[in-house]
Amino acid sequence: MNKISMTVNGKSVSADAEGRTLLSTYLRDGLGLTGTHVGCDTSQCGACVVHVDGQVVKSCSVLAMDVAGADIRTIEGVAAPDGTLSTLQQAFQDHHGLQCGFCTPGMIMSAAALLEENPKPSEAEIRHYLEGNICRCTGYHNIIKAVMAASGQDVSDMGTIAAE
Amino acid sequence: MYAFDFVKPATLADAVTALGQDGAMPLSGGQTLLPTMKQRLNSPETLVSLTGITDLKGVRREGDALVIGAATTHAEVARDAAGDYPGLAALAGQIGDPAVRSRGTLGGSIANNDPSACYPAAVLGSGATIITNMREISAGDFFQGMFATALEEGEIITAIRFPIPERSAYAKFHQPASRFALTGAFVAQYAGGVHVAITGASESGVFRWSEAEAALSGNFSPDALNGLSVPAKGMIGDLHGTPEYRAHLAGVMTRRAVAAAS
Repeated sequence: MNKISMTVNGKSVSADAEGRTLLSTYLRDGLGLTGTHVGCDTSQCGACVVHVDGQVVKSCSVLAMDVAGADIRTIEGVAAPDGTLSTLQQAFQDHHGLQCGFCTPGMIMSAAALLEENPKPSEAEIRHYLEGNICRCTGYHNIIKAVMAASGQDVSDMGTIAAE
Repeated sequence: MYAFDFVKPATLADAVTALGQDGAMPLSGGQTLLPTMKQRLNSPETLVSLTGITDLKGVRREGDALVIGAATTHAEVARDAAGDYPGLAALAGQIGDPAVRSRGTLGGSIANNDPSACYPAAVLGSGATIITNMREISAGDFFQGMFATALEEGEIITAIRFPIPERSAYAKFHQPASRFALTGAFVAQYAGGVHVAITGASESGVFRWSEAEAALSGNFSPDALNGLSVPAKGMIGDLHGTPEYRAHLAGVMTRRAVAAAS
């Protein structure tokens, strides 16, 4: 066991890790940040997406020791400290962009990275960027709509799939 | 995963030393190696991370070639090669998904030589040179069949040198679950002729389709490929597609790549 330090959501943290400790395990078991979900553990589903030095990564496919010292942002670092949701999180709620919510942390982290790179993405660009995030409930449409809305675009012609 | 020791050297010399130990294996972006270790298909005693070695990163122009460090991620190639070699940058931007592209590296992909990976098509189709800590290897000699390369024990790819073509494009038929190429074609036109490299199709891994190259060298248009087809013998057959299907896709993807590059 080694003590591994990094910056997570702006705070310096440290916890034990072995060579084989995944970043997702380090965050969840080492730091108690269980908002990062592990869906498939095979890097397919994207529920575990976090930002490492500003880049999206699947935390189940990165070793904690390989990102020692890095600046990590997880879903816990997205809302304001008083619990006020970010624009993107609020848009997911407003547009029914989640049902069970399991994939949502990864969806939010991926979509947040997209909007930092491309503040007004087209629907096609959003679908392409979220290719590595799998949702088994929503059919994706409302997720795309939420990201469109969060980027300040008119979504009135996108319809609604979920029951209102 | 079985337990292992992890080391992250800062220099190539230290990495070579670390890889000299029994049971040591290099780790680049880990987007293939870590999943296989979770399945216990791979169990190194020591993993030597190469991503802390700054000399292995970056895209730079050297005359008529683009030299890309082996530990450069797909996302960095997609961004930094776009001006000099747009066909290569576009290929890098289609690998996996954004999170995979943030971690996965050019050198890691080439060293693994997955028969359905995208990069081998660009490396072979560009007639690129693989530069290691020991020597330089031409792409034609480097790829030696499914998951097999010319690399020796302890040999580390440091960079790939891509001659820049006049025009090029990659057309990929996605396998939607894995996001690998069910079949992909990379086409590049050079002063000396056209190269066509097919990935995802053959049981022998990436290959050059010489008949198509000859036809396209005379007439760089999709019509030049009329009447040409890749034989189904030796193509991969699995639940995603038969050998005949992949052979057909090789032709379709080559036509699409030529159209996109025209």
